[in-house]
Amino acid sequence: MSAHDLKTRLRTRDLRTGPKTRGTKLLLRAGLLTVLALGATFLLDPYRNYQLATSAGVFAAVAGLTLLVGLTGQLSLGHAVLMAAGGYGYALTATWVAGTLAGADGEVADGVVGWLLPLLAGVAGALVTAGVLGLLLGLAAARLRGPYLAGLTLALVIALPSVASTIPALSGAQGVSAPFVPVPDALSALIAVEQWHAWLAILVTACAVTPLVALRSGRAGLRMRAVHDDETASRLAGVDPGRVKTGAFVISSLAAGLGGVVLAIVTQQVSPGAYGLGFSLLLVVAAVVGGLGSLGGAAIGAVLVTVLPWVVDQATAGLPADLSHRLQGNLEIVLFGVVVIVVTILWPGGLSRLLQTTKFFRNTKLFQNTER
Amino acid sequence: MRTTRSMSTVAVLGLAAATALSACSTPAAAEVPGVTDDKVVIGTHQPLTGPAAAGFASISAATAAYFEHVNANGGIHGRQIEYVVKDDGYNPANTQTVVRELVQEEEVFAIVNGLGTPTHSSVLDYLDQNGVPDLFVASGSLTWNQPDKYPNTFGFNADYVTEGAALAQHAVDTDPDAVVCVLGQDDDFGEGILQGVELVVGDGEVATNQTYSTADQDVTAQLGAMKEAGCTHNVLGTINGFTALAVGTAAQMEWFPKWHVSSSGADYPTLVEYLGEEGTPALEGLVSVNYLPNSPSSEWYELFSEINEEYNDGAPYTGNTTYGMSVGYQFAEALAAAGENPTRESIVAAVESGELVGNGIAPLTFSADDHFAHRTVRIAVVADGMQDFTDTAYEVSESGAAPVEPEQAPLENEGIPATE
Repeated sequence: MSAHDLKTRLRTRDLRTGPKTRGTKLLLRAGLLTVLALGATFLLDPYRNYQLATSAGVFAAVAGLTLLVGLTGQLSLGHAVLMAAGGYGYALTATWVAGTLAGADGEVADGVVGWLLPLLAGVAGALVTAGVLGLLLGLAAARLRGPYLAGLTLALVIALPSVASTIPALSGAQGVSAPFVPVPDALSALIAVEQWHAWLAILVTACAVTPLVALRSGRAGLRMRAVHDDETASRLAGVDPGRVKTGAFVISSLAAGLGGVVLAIVTQQVSPGAYGLGFSLLLVVAAVVGGLGSLGGAAIGAVLVTVLPWVVDQATAGLPADLSHRLQGNLEIVLFGVVVIVVTILWPGGLSRLLQTTKFFRNTKLFQNTER
Repeated sequence: MRTTRSMSTVAVLGLAAATALSACSTPAAAEVPGVTDDKVVIGTHQPLTGPAAAGFASISAATAAYFEHVNANGGIHGRQIEYVVKDDGYNPANTQTVVRELVQEEEVFAIVNGLGTPTHSSVLDYLDQNGVPDLFVASGSLTWNQPDKYPNTFGFNADYVTEGAALAQHAVDTDPDAVVCVLGQDDDFGEGILQGVELVVGDGEVATNQTYSTADQDVTAQLGAMKEAGCTHNVLGTINGFTALAVGTAAQMEWFPKWHVSSSGADYPTLVEYLGEEGTPALEGLVSVNYLPNSPSSEWYELFSEINEEYNDGAPYTGNTTYGMSVGYQFAEALAAAGENPTRESIVAAVESGELVGNGIAPLTFSADDHFAHRTVRIAVVADGMQDFTDTAYEVSESGAAPVEPEQAPLENEGIPATE
């Protein structure tokens, strides 16, 4: 689009549908989907709920990543580190707050305050650490292009174990533990701990993803697309590419940080081993398979990368011990490769594009991606 | 607004279904998980792949072979033992996933011999919250001995403090002028060994304490500092690879002090493999400790070799084989003592009762206040290319290491615990 075209669109964007009604509609839809997801946890057994909670955490990170890659074209291979930053931020802050609360009256504080305050403080801590790291990376990202940014973020992932063992507070390969969030007394007769953690995971993920939806369909999203398409044109239209790119990176990091919070709540542990290179690349796989720029696609991709290793494990369980040991950990990597190749050949826009062609999802924007 | 309408229809349907099926995830009190009339299912997490696999993958195979031997002889209380081994690649993140799979999917009765300090630490709370017996953890970290906090967790190894104290005491006993130094891994392992050594020589009396990280490529700087400090006896809290590296590096410096090595890094066949033909003479006289019947002269060793031939495809017999089978024996003994209808509570009570004997070089010391079993370790020395026990053993308590007579637990009934 030409610079003039863009200028007009930026100006008239909000006139087509009032911002207020759009906001309300978005919140309503987000609320509905959240309630739906919470209801769905009743259908699942504890292990399935654990998998759901894990996918929710991965979803938050992939959603941030898909927005970054799909809209601004910045390829980050290091989103696992941003998740880890969120996880460490959560674990350290929550543990500290829980310790302070316990210190005041001598024993671990009971009731809602005992877990809710550390939880909220932990989330705030996670947003700060992931946000700061994201800002630093974003500042670099505004000046780096394609492979250089990918290289920088890749180096971060590889450096994580050394960083964790160099900084004493992160306690090396063993990692730090996050406080356990128990089921509230009022609910303890109704739901098991895995379901409760799935609820928390869904709520945190909803808080991470909803702003992304708003951003994507709003003015900011348009600016990101403009910068992606043609930096000169967008500069002429009064859009500062550096700021847009940095901003996109920070927002994407915040979502990834919240994803890290979810995993820390569910597993009560943050360790560098959980956020290795393999996992970081899987996040990219999830974004690509789902369809770059599509948040619905990110959800599909997140579920896929969580469930596929388990399926492989189940499938190889019947094989002779020696053979299945050889396959364990390797077969799923091969499978992911195959999935990426098949999806990009058959549906270049990712699985979201496929779903969008089905009748039911045609009218929702959730599965729209930015592939043209 | 077709979308919104179809969405709400889905939502209503979903919620209706949810309420109908709400029993699925609710906490249920059922019979004992993993125990049926003819079977007991237990699980473990082990490094079958990844960097630690080379050193430890053979342990669970040996344990499984021992259970096959028990099952072929009728099992315990008529129940077959089913041992589900999950690979965690020595990565705490994988451990969390596979242990949840074991507890929730496989519904195991207990976790037995979960391997590794960083890995197992990450599931301690989870196992505690779910009341799963966490028996005989494969690590000597003091973390496992917190009966107040983790009432269901028990260690298997002799703890690192015990080993460090015995190794240092032996150094002082054999040479009153010994200058004792420590080289340890930069985690619980090295710290535990140092703590044990200081128990014997006194706080701050260690001539120099050097550490390494498993990511290090060499230990030249550390050994240089130790040589400089005039060490005569080096106590090592190192894994096999770094024991070999330390001994080899010192030999290159033409420095031949006494080596006193923890059981976790003193498997002679493995060290020989690391050092090769030329380096092997440097291992002569290497002192180590052990608490299991890992000596060709032991009748347990003979039985385990037979089981290894029959049920483990004749895999090479190493210290890991003795270790894995001893774990199996100790669990079988606990299960036998847990009564005809074992429950999670009864097996924990059985271990805490102090009646388990084990197959080690001294009776097990489990009690309600002590969740470690091996407080006595026996000195083994490499002589003429053979590593075997000497007659010296030490019992370690808070006051230090005292020499005792080793009291090898006898072998009865083909190595299958009796069930009265």
